[in-house]
Amino acid sequence: MTFVRNFVAFWYDFIVGDDWRVAAGVIVALVLTALLAHRDVAAWWLMPLAALLLLVLSLWRVAGKR
Amino acid sequence: MSNVFLVLAAFLASAVEMVEALTIVLAVGVTRGWRSSLIGVAAALVVLAAVVAALGPALTLVPIDALRLFVGGVLLIFGLQWLRKAILRASGYKALHDEEAIFEAEVEEARRAAAEERAGLDWYSFTLSFKGVFLEGLEVAFIVVTFGSSQGNIPLAALGAAAALIIVAGTGLIVHRPLSRVPENSMKFAVGVMLTSFGTFWGAEGAGVDWPGSEGALLGVLALIVAASLLLVRLLRQRQDSFERAMRERAGAGAAS
Repeated sequence: MTFVRNFVAFWYDFIVGDDWRVAAGVIVALVLTALLAHRDVAAWWLMPLAALLLLVLSLWRVAGKR
Repeated sequence: MSNVFLVLAAFLASAVEMVEALTIVLAVGVTRGWRSSLIGVAAALVVLAAVVAALGPALTLVPIDALRLFVGGVLLIFGLQWLRKAILRASGYKALHDEEAIFEAEVEEARRAAAEERAGLDWYSFTLSFKGVFLEGLEVAFIVVTFGSSQGNIPLAALGAAAALIIVAGTGLIVHRPLSRVPENSMKFAVGVMLTSFGTFWGAEGAGVDWPGSEGALLGVLALIVAASLLLVRLLRQRQDSFERAMRERAGAGAAS
């Protein structure tokens, strides 16, 4: 059980890191992109915009603490 | 074009991780002897090779769109994490990675650690070298496998990683000191930008998007991420400078009263 917990914790820390909201935001953006693309709406702009927005928000959370 | 980025990203990411692994191995080797630490390095490389050999072909069996959606998403999450840390370091919000200081700390710890022999090996040297190379190498393996499989060219990504291994290990062998002059933060910044750009591009493509200009759009995404990241570094640095100025003024006023 400890091994499984350590294994999951390692991969979580490795990929998600210390701001889980970035990971959640990426998943939401991908789902929205897929929904728009499957309705034949041009959705190429959504992922770059989401990436920038998530980066700014994540940095802002750190900078705003000072 | 994307093949060049593939090799470059694998090379830079691998070089950064290998510099960190080299610092640990050098500290242990110099302090406690080379035999056990080098066996630890070799064992870690064998396990890493097995991970890449097992995961690489398995990923090529997944349909390309599903693979790009998953890998793109994971790379984007991973890339934003790297980029965020690199921006925080470049703007003074986070301390820069200092290989020289890490080396000195590792040397001190290796000197203090008790000698314990198992299977004819100095167990401390073996496990520390193994862990250092394996954990840093896992990031390299992750990038090589995900980048390579999304691009349908794992050998090309592995070539970038192999070139980094030769250069970093070769330099370490010659200088016998941690590679503190490597511009580690700039390299991490570049890798973060590339991972974020590739993740954005592949993730969207896997979700069913048709990029205007096809693969050429990757350059546009890259330019956008670079420009935004540099702007964010500048804005955060200004904010940090004014924070430090205010702290100095407050300290000066406190001392005067």
